[in-house]
Amino acid sequence: MQPIIEVQHLFKRFQNVTAVDGISFTVGQGEFFGLLGPNGAGKTTTIRMLYGFSPPSRGIIRVFGMEISHDWRKIKARIGVCQQDNTLDPDLTVEQNLKVFAGYFSVPSREARTRANELLEFFALSNRRNAKVMDLSGGMIRRLILARSLINRPELLILDEPTTGLDPQSRHQVWDRLEKLKASGLSVVLTTHNMEEASHLCDRLVIVDHGKILVEGSPAELILKHAGRSVIEVGGPDQALRDYLKTHQVPHDDLGQRIILYTPDGHELSSAVRENFCHEQCTFRNGTLEDVFLRLTGRELRE
Amino acid sequence: MGMIDTRTISWRFVKVWKRNLVTFQKIWKINFITPLLEPLLFVLAFGLGFAGLVANVRYGGAELSYTAFLAPALIATAVMNNAFFETTYASFVRMYYQKTFDGMLATPLSIEEIIIAEIVWSASKAAAAAAIMLGVLSAFGYVQYPSGLLVVPLAFLGGIAFGAVGLFFTGVIPTIEMFNLPIFLFVTPMFLFSGTFFPISNLPLWAKPLALAFPLYHLVELSRLACLRRYETVPLLSIVYLAVFAVLFSALALVFMRRRLVK
Repeated sequence: MQPIIEVQHLFKRFQNVTAVDGISFTVGQGEFFGLLGPNGAGKTTTIRMLYGFSPPSRGIIRVFGMEISHDWRKIKARIGVCQQDNTLDPDLTVEQNLKVFAGYFSVPSREARTRANELLEFFALSNRRNAKVMDLSGGMIRRLILARSLINRPELLILDEPTTGLDPQSRHQVWDRLEKLKASGLSVVLTTHNMEEASHLCDRLVIVDHGKILVEGSPAELILKHAGRSVIEVGGPDQALRDYLKTHQVPHDDLGQRIILYTPDGHELSSAVRENFCHEQCTFRNGTLEDVFLRLTGRELRE
Repeated sequence: MGMIDTRTISWRFVKVWKRNLVTFQKIWKINFITPLLEPLLFVLAFGLGFAGLVANVRYGGAELSYTAFLAPALIATAVMNNAFFETTYASFVRMYYQKTFDGMLATPLSIEEIIIAEIVWSASKAAAAAAIMLGVLSAFGYVQYPSGLLVVPLAFLGGIAFGAVGLFFTGVIPTIEMFNLPIFLFVTPMFLFSGTFFPISNLPLWAKPLALAFPLYHLVELSRLACLRRYETVPLLSIVYLAVFAVLFSALALVFMRRRLVK
């Protein structure tokens, strides 16, 4: 089956900075695809090229089998974009925001009203339909942006950090709606640096840093491969542990006050650590996408 | 870069125009107060206070009362202000603070359509203001009909010219505070020296070409032609000048706004 998105050797340069440095990936029909990376990794730049907002410096982008540089209008008519910034119209009401946006897609006004009602219902905004955007909470604004991105009944939804800055309640509400959309067969591209979000929602993802793809796979595959099924965090590690890890060549990250051990096939090591090295505090847990992310992109601060 | 791709321009710009109309309607009462009251204030101030100081004005071979001379120019300056402030401050807020254009660019609209819609919208707003002012000034008997009705389409033409130059500034200016510069160097001198408050025949010889270069001068001329059937400069020249000015700065606005928005 033809992929929804095909990206080949994509580059984007700004003056002296290479924001996207030759990335390639595909997204299949009905797939929930994640684009992960630290701040400044090139996620948003990539996504902006995907929906034709910025022209690539080099490379090919095909959406629905058409080239974005040529058939941008046809492509844009079939995708929904939820941008990182709040691009809602603060002068308009909740409902007007949806209707005006429907106009940009040439949706007839009666149809626009029907769709707006459905979407307001779906995103639990019906009782705020006449509210001004300025009076909405952060969670409601996010839901309205999402609702607006669905007004043209898109076949592909592009989400740029849809839950950044939301409280846990709002975040879970957004996730719940996204899962429903996914179940309905919508193809989705998501950027995030929330690892819980990515492992929760994505069928497949890539981790990008410095404009390059580091790894690609399903969340479970990546965890197994790059963090291991189980992880041990040892607080207040001593020299004996460090020596032990060295002689047994156990993959780990030494953070000074804490050592994180990635144990591919845990048992022997777990018991050895439990018996000999747990002086202060030991946490035995499953490997997570966050472990993978930090191992691959490093722990130093960005920006 | 630098070229305008005409394939990206379609009638879809009307959708963006409509968006501006919807937001305008939300505060239409406030929007209409200015064109309603402004001419009243000016006519009052100049008719009662100032006219006693100046005798009649000689313009286009006729003796006119000062307020009759001034009235058509008030419409022209209102057109300038409405269009120019719409595509500078208002467009800048939409572009930079509200990110309205970013949102639109995720839809089948092109940048070119958004830009054209902004200019056409500013001209529409200016023409609406001109129509209201025309009504008020007619009540005082300062407008001759039916030629006075031409003020509205002329205001639209002038609105395109001033809206386009405003949007060009929006495309090049780094921060919103810096609009002070074109206002101080471009709008204010035009407001004062475009034959608005005195005929440019009163200016020294060297200053006349300067006034002739101002688009506002030509709009004032055309407005007087429509309201009073008098003119100093050949009307066709004024129409051609405004049309060329409008096309030139629309093209510049397209180039610089595209450069600013496409990253």
